[in-house]
Amino acid sequence: MSTTAILDQDLGGGPSAPPADAPRPARRDSVRAWPLPDQIAYWLCWAAGIAMCLIALGTVLFMLLKGISYLKLSLLVTSPKASGFNQATSGGFLDPIEGTLLLTAIGTVVAAPIGIAVASWLTEYGRPSWLARAVDSAVEMVAGAPSVVLALFGLLVFSRPALAFLSQTSAGGSVFARSFINAGLIMSLIALPLIVGSTREALSQVPRHVREASYALGKTKATTIWRVLLPASRPGIASGITLGMGRIIGDTAIVVFLLGSTLRIEPASGAPVLSLLRGTGSTLTSYVYENSPAGEGDAPQKAYVAAFVLLMLVLAINALAMRLGRGKGEAVRWTR
Amino acid sequence: MDPVMPPPIKRIVLDRTPNVVDGLPRQDLERPTSEQATLGHSTGADGVATSDDAITYKASARQAIERMRIESVWLAYGERWVVRNVSLPVRQGEVLGLIGASGSGKTTLLRSLNRLTEVTAGAARAGQITLDGTEIGGIEVTALRRRISMVFQQPNPFPMSIYDNVVYALEEQRRGRRHAQEDNERRSERDERDERNERNERDERDERQGGLRLPGARLRRGRRRHEDAVITALQRAGLYDEVADDLDRPALSLSGGQQQRLCIARSLAVRPEVLLLDEPCSALDPISTAKIEELIVALRESVAIVIVTHNMQQARRVADHVAFMHLGELIEYGTCEQIFERSLHSRTREYVNGEFG
Repeated sequence: MSTTAILDQDLGGGPSAPPADAPRPARRDSVRAWPLPDQIAYWLCWAAGIAMCLIALGTVLFMLLKGISYLKLSLLVTSPKASGFNQATSGGFLDPIEGTLLLTAIGTVVAAPIGIAVASWLTEYGRPSWLARAVDSAVEMVAGAPSVVLALFGLLVFSRPALAFLSQTSAGGSVFARSFINAGLIMSLIALPLIVGSTREALSQVPRHVREASYALGKTKATTIWRVLLPASRPGIASGITLGMGRIIGDTAIVVFLLGSTLRIEPASGAPVLSLLRGTGSTLTSYVYENSPAGEGDAPQKAYVAAFVLLMLVLAINALAMRLGRGKGEAVRWTR
Repeated sequence: MDPVMPPPIKRIVLDRTPNVVDGLPRQDLERPTSEQATLGHSTGADGVATSDDAITYKASARQAIERMRIESVWLAYGERWVVRNVSLPVRQGEVLGLIGASGSGKTTLLRSLNRLTEVTAGAARAGQITLDGTEIGGIEVTALRRRISMVFQQPNPFPMSIYDNVVYALEEQRRGRRHAQEDNERRSERDERDERNERNERDERDERQGGLRLPGARLRRGRRRHEDAVITALQRAGLYDEVADDLDRPALSLSGGQQQRLCIARSLAVRPEVLLLDEPCSALDPISTAKIEELIVALRESVAIVIVTHNMQQARRVADHVAFMHLGELIEYGTCEQIFERSLHSRTREYVNGEFG
């Protein structure tokens, strides 16, 4: 049937279904008809996608299957036993869970305000421009730095006698440099670039005329940022913070370097909260490391269970980040 | 009006007609009794002068008081002059329409009136813009922008409730507060508003000292801050009846037309002396447009209005005086009828008849 015939029919036929003898659009041109290199590339892409799924599935299933026999609720609420070198007596991982939460809290509380402030300054002021460029590069650099490098840097900095108050000092006068607060501060560094990035992105999504509308009401730039721009960017900021939390939860190097390798939380002496912050402990990541065959502890099954819990935690956090990033259905959107 | 066609590049040779303001001797502009007299009038040539009397339907019994004066103003973004030597009066009691093709500098001129051009890097101005005789460059900028308010092309309510949008506008900047107080001494409108604020504060004080009250009652009374002013502003913008039942709704859940009226309400809440409108209806449907136009015509008694519009019909409907700009220059200024019916300048006639733009 020729094109004109189809047109004629469409015009006359009204809203009814196309005629039965109308040519159906081809479903998709077969890949087999493609040139060979294209075909190969296509199948490679396809295989990569499948491999990705298999790896993801495999990780979860492996952890689950390996650890499931030991996955008991009691593990989540009992502390690890320092002396236990066999499966039955090594206790649970309450302390690592607490450590993870505490470290994440410290890192986020430090990183969020700084990150938001840096992003606001970069997007809204950014003057002088050489400073803005420098700040931008610095954020990029921190974002790109491997956490083990940051951890080493932290160890050097926090061993200074001037910063001894953040951790404990041994009898010989050397600064231990390992504590929750130290690890949390360095953890904030790895969360910072994520928060800066997503806050900047969110701020730059606010159209210019919205800022100008606020200025036109006689508002200063600071008021505009605080009352209009940051509230408007809330979903973006929230997803940045959540991503940052995910990174903190998943980091091992900083914990091993700066939190020490005690599996239990060992507070320092002194006031209740301060002693905890200055004390050492572990997180799920370091617990997994210590208990895995690679570490000293010899409780691999516990490591599998802890790894599974950790995985679930990070997945939940990431899902939350995605949800927050999408915002609510009736999200804040202006015409540009 | 083919949007694809660029504006003609050819420079216009200005044959100075009597209507072009900057050709006028100064004293004509400065006469305090220039109320009723249009500028076309005062130079009084060739029978154009009678036109003002002809359009009685808009000019009915009101006094136009000059609030702002734009005098030989040049505006530049970087190296480029976008407004060249424009002089115009802005009067309370009437609507000044700025028309012209894209790139004619009308929005830039409008934005320079509340110094919003300064937000853009590289913007510069030469010439004088005065508000009640004071150069606007000498007025503290947050205070100035509360006196000269602005509504934008796109509706842009802030991401908060309807109520809070207006309250946000009402809250004075700490930096501008002192200046605002100085102004209050001589401006009755401000006094009125302050009285209202005082009343609100009194209420709050009463509430604090009131001792035992039900928590619910306290909450409701706590919301009283600026409540009168908010409601008045929403009423003036003709929005109150539509949103009265739920002022705590997010402003961005309103329809486009309602959002724009909220923006107008927000701008009116600060009791400005001048209201600048930058194509306020271009993003709206015809019904919302009609509502906003009615509003503009109703508001001009209490506030001087300058409106930039691409829509010739709209300019005709709402403006009392119209200034036609082209490539940064003011080509013609006159009463609405004069510009649209008996334009003295061929370029104006061409634009008004839709031959370019």
